[in-house]
Amino acid sequence: MNAVVAAQSPLVRAIGVHKSFGDNEVLKGITLDVAHGEVVVILGPSGSGKSTFLRCLNHLESIDKGAIEIGGEQIGYKVSRGRLVKLSDRAIAAQRRSIGMVFQQFNLYPHMTALENIIEAPVGVHGVPRDAAIAYAQELLARVGLSDKQDAYPRQMSGGQQQRVAIARALAIRPRLMLFDEPTSALDPELVGEVLSTMRDLADGGLTMIVVTHEIGFAKEAADRVVFMDGGVVVEQGTPDRILANPTHPRTQAFLKRFLG
Amino acid sequence: MTRDTTDPHAPVARDVASAHRPVPWRRLVLWLLLVLVAIDFAVVVARNPNFGWPVVAEWFTERSVLGGLSVTLGLTVVAMTLGTALGLLIAMARLSRDRMLNGLASLFVWVFRGTPLLVQLIFWYNLSTLFPEMSISIPWGPVLASWNTNDLITPMTAAIIGLSLNEAAYMAEIIRGGLLSVDKGQYEATDAFGMTRWRALRRVILPQAMRSIVPPTGNQLISMIKATSLVSVIAMADLLHSVQTIYNRTFDVIPMLMVAVIWYLLITSVLSVGQRYLERYYARGERDSVQSAKIAAETPA
Repeated sequence: MNAVVAAQSPLVRAIGVHKSFGDNEVLKGITLDVAHGEVVVILGPSGSGKSTFLRCLNHLESIDKGAIEIGGEQIGYKVSRGRLVKLSDRAIAAQRRSIGMVFQQFNLYPHMTALENIIEAPVGVHGVPRDAAIAYAQELLARVGLSDKQDAYPRQMSGGQQQRVAIARALAIRPRLMLFDEPTSALDPELVGEVLSTMRDLADGGLTMIVVTHEIGFAKEAADRVVFMDGGVVVEQGTPDRILANPTHPRTQAFLKRFLG
Repeated sequence: MTRDTTDPHAPVARDVASAHRPVPWRRLVLWLLLVLVAIDFAVVVARNPNFGWPVVAEWFTERSVLGGLSVTLGLTVVAMTLGTALGLLIAMARLSRDRMLNGLASLFVWVFRGTPLLVQLIFWYNLSTLFPEMSISIPWGPVLASWNTNDLITPMTAAIIGLSLNEAAYMAEIIRGGLLSVDKGQYEATDAFGMTRWRALRRVILPQAMRSIVPPTGNQLISMIKATSLVSVIAMADLLHSVQTIYNRTFDVIPMLMVAVIWYLLITSVLSVGQRYLERYYARGERDSVQSAKIAAETPA
């Protein structure tokens, strides 16, 4: 009974999220639900606030107004004696532990090998025994097609390989939600495909994913829902077929026209 | 010429794989001159009786000299260790968003970096003139324990306190610079993975910061070995102090100073070698050029 209810309530729930940097209001009230197992692709021009919104979800950025809830738990705050208070750094760190994140610049630890990068959080943060963490890391490296690179340092790998290791590193914590922040934007064009195909496999595997990207092809093939953002608001959203083929809003039309030609 | 007759379209350029390196005659002559000058200088110094080399040899491993040497080394190790540990805490405080921590750390650095070490040492040594007695008590309440300051502040404790606090101020700035040199993305990655501050610092940030922390720290360590000679003013029998005691008696000023000079140079040489290994260790994953070239060759373009 509970399982059914849990499955129906969304995993991620953002309600009227506002965020400003100084005088610049980047997010002007974003409301978005993401269901368990759903793959949501957020598209939008540069400066539309899509990356900022993603970073708010795991509290890398604090929000000024509104609320974010993941798995029924409010991010960054708790209710104490009827009042809402900010969580301690330690408690926020604990909330982030079930959320995997992949960055535009990979952000692998350069002084650790691929394998060491992947087991760092499972062993050090989640308390997984080292042997078990290594076994799972090797399984993940195989899944992203990099079994032969387990002892390579990030500098010794191509950008595409580094990003696939970064994806394996995020998967190693067995996340219930994966955030991708423009995962292919820093890659040479010929390396984009290998990363996208890895991500497509994850989407097919039923992982809940929120992907900020410029890759419209990926949105078309892998997304359950496409969200188009511009100027700090969600302009329109729907299935990839509807948004990409028949956008109703003029700004979406203009954006897609520029990207698809 | 022959080429032109057989094939007028043959290229002028030849394969560089068969190229010879020109002999650097001028360099070789310079080297030779330099070696000759060096040998001549060494002979002059060795033959000069005023250096008193037999005296140097006689006193080089004398007990009081070795005693002074161990004081110098011991003080350096203790002051450097305490200074670095305290410096790390101060660097973290200076980088924290907490106004109070930040202010206190800045004040510390301002005081201990802004006054001469010699003054600080004399100050600590004479602490008893300011506070004849030190005690632990509950404010406005009973005294729990009390000591005579003169019993607490021996030349040794004054030297350790003075050198450590001064070193902490410099190390704090070196470590702060190192922490700032680490890419912002690395801090973000540790945050996103839910690492605690300490763990992120220990596992991810510091190992990368070490690359820019080690070279200036090597400098500090070497300055520290020499700075310990200042403690002779507060009657600590370090290396310099012990040779001074001897030449005050024997009047062999230069030979005894040569004893100290050779010891100082020996120590710093050993440390420089250690520093090189440390730098290589922290550069792993950065400059593994042979291996990365191999991997680049295997990866299809």
